[in-house]
Amino acid sequence: MTMIFGVPVAVFMGQLMLGLINGAFYALLSLGLAVIFGLLKIVNFAHGAMYMLGAFATLLGMQYLGIGYWAALLLAPLVVGALGMVIERLLLRRIGHLDHLYGLLLTFGLALIFEGSLVNVFGVSGARYPTPEALQGGLQLGFMFLPTYRAWVLVAALVVCLGTWYVIERTRLGAYLRAGTENPALMQAFGVNVPQLITLTYGFGVALAAFAGVLAAPLYPVSPTMGSNLLIVVFAVVVIGGMGSILGAVLTGLGMGLIEGLTKVYYPEAANTVIFLVMILVLMLRPAGLFGKEA
Amino acid sequence: MATTQTLTPAMERARRASQRRNLFYLALLAVGLVAPFLAYPVFLMKVLCFALFACAFNLLLGYAGLLSFGHAAFLATGGYVTGFLLSSYPALTPEMGILTGTAAAVALGAVFGVLAIRRQGIYFAMVTLALAQLMFFVFIQAPFTGGEDGLHGVPRGELFGLFDLDSNLAMYYFVFAVFLIGFAIIQRAVHSPYGQVLKAIRENEPRAVSLGYNVDAYKLLAFVLSAGLAGLAGSTKTVVFQLASLTDAHWHMSGEVILMTLLGGVGTLFGPLVGAGLVVSLQHMLAQSPLGNWVSPILGLIFVICVLSFRSGIVGEALKIVRKNFK
Amino acid sequence: MTFIKKTLASSIAIAATSMMAATAQAEISDGEIRIGYLADMSGTYRDLAGPGGLEALEMAIEDFGGSVDGAPIEVMSADDRNSADVGANTVRGWIDQDNVDLVAGMVASSVTIAVTNVLEDNDKLGIVSGSAASSITNEHCTPNHIHWVYDTYPLANGTAKAVVDQGGDTWFMLTADYAFGHALESDVEKVVTDNGGTIVDRIRHPFPTEDFSSYILQAQGSGAKIVGLANAGADTVNAINTASQFGLVQGGQQLAGLLVFLNDVYAMGLETTQGLLLTTGWYWNMDDESREWAERYYERVGRMPTMVQAGIYSSTMHYLEAVEATGSDDAQTVRSYMMEQPIEDFFARNGRIREDGRMVHDMYLAEVKSPADSTHEWDLYEILATIPAEEAYRPLSESDCKLVND
Repeated sequence: MTMIFGVPVAVFMGQLMLGLINGAFYALLSLGLAVIFGLLKIVNFAHGAMYMLGAFATLLGMQYLGIGYWAALLLAPLVVGALGMVIERLLLRRIGHLDHLYGLLLTFGLALIFEGSLVNVFGVSGARYPTPEALQGGLQLGFMFLPTYRAWVLVAALVVCLGTWYVIERTRLGAYLRAGTENPALMQAFGVNVPQLITLTYGFGVALAAFAGVLAAPLYPVSPTMGSNLLIVVFAVVVIGGMGSILGAVLTGLGMGLIEGLTKVYYPEAANTVIFLVMILVLMLRPAGLFGKEA
Repeated sequence: MATTQTLTPAMERARRASQRRNLFYLALLAVGLVAPFLAYPVFLMKVLCFALFACAFNLLLGYAGLLSFGHAAFLATGGYVTGFLLSSYPALTPEMGILTGTAAAVALGAVFGVLAIRRQGIYFAMVTLALAQLMFFVFIQAPFTGGEDGLHGVPRGELFGLFDLDSNLAMYYFVFAVFLIGFAIIQRAVHSPYGQVLKAIRENEPRAVSLGYNVDAYKLLAFVLSAGLAGLAGSTKTVVFQLASLTDAHWHMSGEVILMTLLGGVGTLFGPLVGAGLVVSLQHMLAQSPLGNWVSPILGLIFVICVLSFRSGIVGEALKIVRKNFK
Repeated sequence: MTFIKKTLASSIAIAATSMMAATAQAEISDGEIRIGYLADMSGTYRDLAGPGGLEALEMAIEDFGGSVDGAPIEVMSADDRNSADVGANTVRGWIDQDNVDLVAGMVASSVTIAVTNVLEDNDKLGIVSGSAASSITNEHCTPNHIHWVYDTYPLANGTAKAVVDQGGDTWFMLTADYAFGHALESDVEKVVTDNGGTIVDRIRHPFPTEDFSSYILQAQGSGAKIVGLANAGADTVNAINTASQFGLVQGGQQLAGLLVFLNDVYAMGLETTQGLLLTTGWYWNMDDESREWAERYYERVGRMPTMVQAGIYSSTMHYLEAVEATGSDDAQTVRSYMMEQPIEDFFARNGRIREDGRMVHDMYLAEVKSPADSTHEWDLYEILATIPAEEAYRPLSESDCKLVND
């Protein structure tokens, strides 16, 4: 067997592959966070809960309404996105004028409510969602056996991330969004309905999290706490990428997935921690993050 | 009473206020002394430990305006160091264990502080969170913490080698004393010139800088003080419950202490005490009832309500009412 | 020499307890017997003990008549959320405030070790039914608890030995990183190496873990014939499912689930689990007596009982009989009486409690049936062999327990 630093190549490549797939989840989630932070300046602590709700919507949709995976891929983000818009209108808007730390605290409370309530209904051990039939089986890549579904996750996440980037950087709506991020008062003066833009943005960011949740449903046990530990990692990703930077969030997400995969080869116990180490180093050297603009 | 005549009304008010405050302190002291005969001492000790933790946190958020999302690291550091020392060296008396645990938290606080205080607002919160996650990793991996199992059966021992702490009553008075010491330190710090400068920095940092204050040094001192007191709370808690576990190091714990402080009243001396008392009682009561599992959604709801409608917390709102009606 | 010392010591102990029993006659503290049931009621280990175990406990009390000599039996229960912190504090509160006499249930080993420390400090009794770590009656033994259903020693002794005998001599261990996983891993390692096999590599995963993909990949890269799962509950289920997604078995490797409960097999289905070897302390369909009890349980709960749930019933009965016979709920009086009485019921065969607190009884090596062989939804195991009580558990001669004088 060929070895790389004492590890078989197959295992090495395999871990990188899995890291990339995890990175796709980070990218989707941090993208949503970054979009929200850009316009609302809120660190959305409820993001993990929204990811979890996306997975639950998929699971319950199948169990009670007979909605299949492909429909859920569209419907779950819509439902959760709508919920996000309601939250923004009813709650977040009321504290918009305050220190943004209150937004963080409010969404933290929301996360506790969503997760805690679902724990009572469904327990924490988690339910299983079947892999959609078209995506069962796997691909023999030579260095590893890659389940088809995981390959699909990677592709789907990348397509959505690129699509989002395109919309924000290349379309009129995206231009409003970027301008709103820079100077909301001026936008308002130009006749753009900024409050509506904020509601839509929050809904969209949250929908991205729910989309990640749908992708995760067949992979991991669907449980109320599935988003809570992931969220902390995604925070680190967003900070490393530069808060509010769209491209930064996506690239850092994938990159951190790879770094995590590498760590799993050589020091698996530290896999969950390495990202925080990177974050501290980055903040020491580049306070605004890798892709952020110096404030 | 002749002197009273010469006082200006303002001075008279101040004298009355300080009199009222002293009476209030005395009443609280009395409550603290008789409390173990009215309620379960272990429960009261838990309240006091968390109250001290919340007071320490409040020193940072309420008086320096820094929201740390990593305070669990200090609580756990104190707890683990004390727990490890007391279990491994039976000759060590509990107060020595607690002092060492607190010192460890102070040292960690200095490191965190140097790294974190250069950032503000959300970045500060995120940096402290990341640092606390690194510590969480250390606690899982380090050989002295017992990993996922934690440390169990930490002996309470004999205070100064004289008083047996195995009795819950003796233990309670010790914890009460620790709390009073911690509280007194905070009270002194807040009312000293140092505390005034800290508040000035919170209100307007650029202005404090232009007045020639070394803002970073002030913030760092506040951070280290807060970390040390949080460590003191963790150390004491370990002696009371005879165990140290990852629960104290998890980021949820950092969230919980924010809730306690917010609920009681950020930037008020007694707010954290009230908040910790309420949260711990709530957990205690709910755990015994069929609603046992609803603790976290209820806490979440309180969080949301606090942020939306009474951001000054219970004590803060009460003070507002008092001021309105008694001016 | 040691034998003489031992018998001498135990006869002194018996004499002492009979004296104590005489003085403590009819001493049921505050006229009530209070049993606290502590278990994971909502998490990873919910289904193997959880609410079903509480039901079994209540069944035992009802069958006993609800009272002992006029003293009513009261039950309280709590969710330990697999946290040693929560467990120990709950039990401390039960003892201080509610005067609980017996703590039953107890699942996650880390919680159990913390709780038994509290029990020892307060001289109350605990019967551990759910935990697996053999260290609970080895280095962590106390005079205040009894370990009932099974532990990691017979799991290794049964399953690992059978697998090695079938030719599975190179192992990759995937271990839950806490007391139970460590105990199981070291017990398995001993059995595997003693029987001529080797442990190629091991990985410890956090408890609980949702994503096993990278560990499975490493197991595939290790080239070991057997991937041993030293974990339990949802962790085992997740690992087995991930292994099947990554085609581990198709790649020529075999999984050995060292602690697999009835509910796990039921949840994963026979398609995934068929042919799996496992060691169990009891199986509902193993004989008429077991079936009869299991069917009564099924009527109340709607699921077939796991060995833990059956063990909770069995141990509670034995405890209540001891309380009735001694007329006392004092921990040491009751424990000594329980140790004197052999245990022979629907659950335990050739059972007795040793001085280290281990209840030894016959264990069984079983194989999961194929879907074709299974006649109905709960017909899941085929019992292959009985491991006699005296061979199944760690012999006292190897014990590090402070209660065992050698």
